[in-house]
Amino acid sequence: MAAHELDCKGLNCPMPIVRLSQAMRRVAAGEVIVIEADDPAFRADLEAWVRRFGHVIETFEAVDDRVVRATVKKS
Amino acid sequence: MADGDNGKTSTLDPELRRQIEAMIAERVEAEVAARLDAAVDQRVREAAAAAVDERLAAVEATLRDAEGRLRAIEASGQIDQVSILVFSGDLDRLMSAFIIATGAVAMGFEVAMYFTFWGLMALKKKTVFHSKSVPERMLAAMLPGGPRTVGTSRMNMLGMGPALFRRLMRQHNVESLPDLIKLAQELEVKMVACQMAMGVMGVRREELIDGLHYGGAVTYLGDAVDSKVTLFI
Repeated sequence: MAAHELDCKGLNCPMPIVRLSQAMRRVAAGEVIVIEADDPAFRADLEAWVRRFGHVIETFEAVDDRVVRATVKKS
Repeated sequence: MADGDNGKTSTLDPELRRQIEAMIAERVEAEVAARLDAAVDQRVREAAAAAVDERLAAVEATLRDAEGRLRAIEASGQIDQVSILVFSGDLDRLMSAFIIATGAVAMGFEVAMYFTFWGLMALKKKTVFHSKSVPERMLAAMLPGGPRTVGTSRMNMLGMGPALFRRLMRQHNVESLPDLIKLAQELEVKMVACQMAMGVMGVRREELIDGLHYGGAVTYLGDAVDSKVTLFI
């Protein structure tokens, strides 16, 4: 099962979550989206978003001092 | 020929005997046929009942699955609503309204925005002067021509404030107001223009963007009572 990738670098609130929610609609349950973003609000927004839908943040790591990479599994 | 089948002699008249034998044969045949029919009927009924049970079980399983999904959807609240009453026509406030609206769609909410008074400026695509009264023309001349030219709520400074804000937002890669409005439309945010405010301010439908709904206070309230979040901006 190939992971889907989503590049949201350079996008600001609420765009990373808007793009992620659009991408999530196109994947099946159990599939994973790898998302990269540099919006400072991204972590808080992502956590609130998965809490609502029951998706799972499998990993959340800093790529450098601005960009973070998260893998989100669809529930 | 006149003797019986089993070799015993019979006192019966051969003709009568033949008739009796034929009658017995007929009865036996009828009995066998009836029993055969009954047996076949029984088998067919059993097979049909089994097939119906099987189909019924499949339908019930599908139904249970559908019920589970419905409960999951209800539990996850994907039919929740957000209503935003947009009263202000300032760049900063409109940005807030549209950022919340687009974010709410991402959160799985159905979003309705109601634009009244200065908020109508967000929906303007052009300004029309013909067929308007003198006060309406004066208003049209003084009001912003649309989301590209709205001012800020503070530090407007004759348009210097908004120019600065727009430059800063570009630098910080924040979506522009017209882009956010376009995105909201793409995300199927329901946008309702207040008829009463349009009448008071002399705003015509041809001055507003396409794809709008038109309504009044009760249109807003009708949605707001079912909303988990309502905002007045």
